[in-house]
Amino acid sequence: MTGTREPRSRPQRVLIIVPAWNEQDALTQTLQDIASSGEAVHVLVVDDGSTDSTATVAADAGALVCSLPFNLGVGGAMRTGYRYALRHGYDAAVQFDADGQHDARYLSPLIDQLVDHDLVIGARFAGEGVPYRVSPARRAAMKILAVALSRMARTTLTDVTSGYRAANARAMRVFAAHYPAEYLGDTVESTVIAVRAGCQIGQYPVEMRVRQGGVPSQTSARALLYLVRAGVALVLALVRRWPAVDEDDAVEPTVPTAHQARTPHRRHDEPRGEQP
Amino acid sequence: MNPSIVLGIIGSTVILVVLFEMLRRRHLREKYAVVWFLVALASMTVTIFPDLLNVSARAVGVEVPVNLLFFAASMILLVLALQHSYELGRLEEKSRTLAEEVALLRLELDQRLSPPSEPEHPGGSATSPEDGR
Ligand SMILES: Nc1nc2c(ncn2[C@@H]2O[C@H](COP(=O)(O)OP(=O)(O)O)[C@@H](O)[C@H]2O)c(=O)[nH]1
Ligand SMILES: [Mg+2]
Repeated sequence: MTGTREPRSRPQRVLIIVPAWNEQDALTQTLQDIASSGEAVHVLVVDDGSTDSTATVAADAGALVCSLPFNLGVGGAMRTGYRYALRHGYDAAVQFDADGQHDARYLSPLIDQLVDHDLVIGARFAGEGVPYRVSPARRAAMKILAVALSRMARTTLTDVTSGYRAANARAMRVFAAHYPAEYLGDTVESTVIAVRAGCQIGQYPVEMRVRQGGVPSQTSARALLYLVRAGVALVLALVRRWPAVDEDDAVEPTVPTAHQARTPHRRHDEPRGEQP
Repeated sequence: MNPSIVLGIIGSTVILVVLFEMLRRRHLREKYAVVWFLVALASMTVTIFPDLLNVSARAVGVEVPVNLLFFAASMILLVLALQHSYELGRLEEKSRTLAEEVALLRLELDQRLSPPSEPEHPGGSATSPEDGR
């Protein structure tokens, strides 16, 4: 099934999805960074129930802003982004952190890689630049996860917890339907889902920066929790059944598109007690 | 009358009355009321006919009948709690989907109300009115 893939062209219409939760301090810089990357992309900031002025900051910087009514976590924000991208006919979507840790210089090579992959992960331990500093426990967990997922995906993956990743339309369709909600599990589990849906995974070495502002949600106290949850996510993703995500166009978003929604239709199960 | 019988009867009656009242005020849906109704009925039966408990304990080989009662009660509560966790998870998934849809609709609405200020895209216009392929 994976052997004969016709060569694809580089994606033309690319959406950058920026999950942001209370990131007003770092967001402007991040968006400027993307704008100066040389890639002509649209940027969608998914404001995840922020209590600060994240949405305003994003809109002022000229990004599309999608505000969730309450905090859903990165998974909810990303699924929203993928659904937007699908409905608006984008060819590819890149997840890009709001906190400034992702370097927009790598946007171009990541998108390049989509020519022969469905999902490309920007990987930290693949040899580029200064080593990214994490606690030993978290590092060990990342290593184990990387080995396990490399075997599944039949390719070398060194950093499956990276949130810097590019997806083509095929992977977008999978994620728009099945992006996991659990925080800390989302990156690992979504990678497994993509593998199991038959996506071709690749990676590209990137260097990540230290945070530009705000607070990291990862403290050393949560490193152990991280290890456990990522492991659980991996095991669950392996044993879970994913409804019909195998073949190319099998998955439509589970919700009607804007076009369908305009056609009025009656449901059989009319809500009760709605008489005038 | 045996005080434990009185206690049992009072307890089950209170549950039944509360159930009825909650149903009447539409604070409880029938599908959840059924199972509590059965629980109340069963505990009422066991208090009024304690021999039932003794006989069934002997039948399954439990020496102290009360242990059978405790076992049955804890199993029922476990199953109910599990069912509620399941329903809760489903609700969470539904509300997550709704929240995502609301956010997307809000963005859609904003874009339609205010003239599109989206940047030009080299690969075609992303704001064509009939998008949604
Ligand atoms: N949508 C959403 N984004 C979040 C949430 N928590 C963190 N983020 C975003 O996810 C990105 C990475 O978060 P960060 O805390 O730096 O995680 P780390 O880089 O993996 O340590 C940033 O852009 C955050 O704004 C959340 O609850 N919801
Ligand atoms: Mg970060």
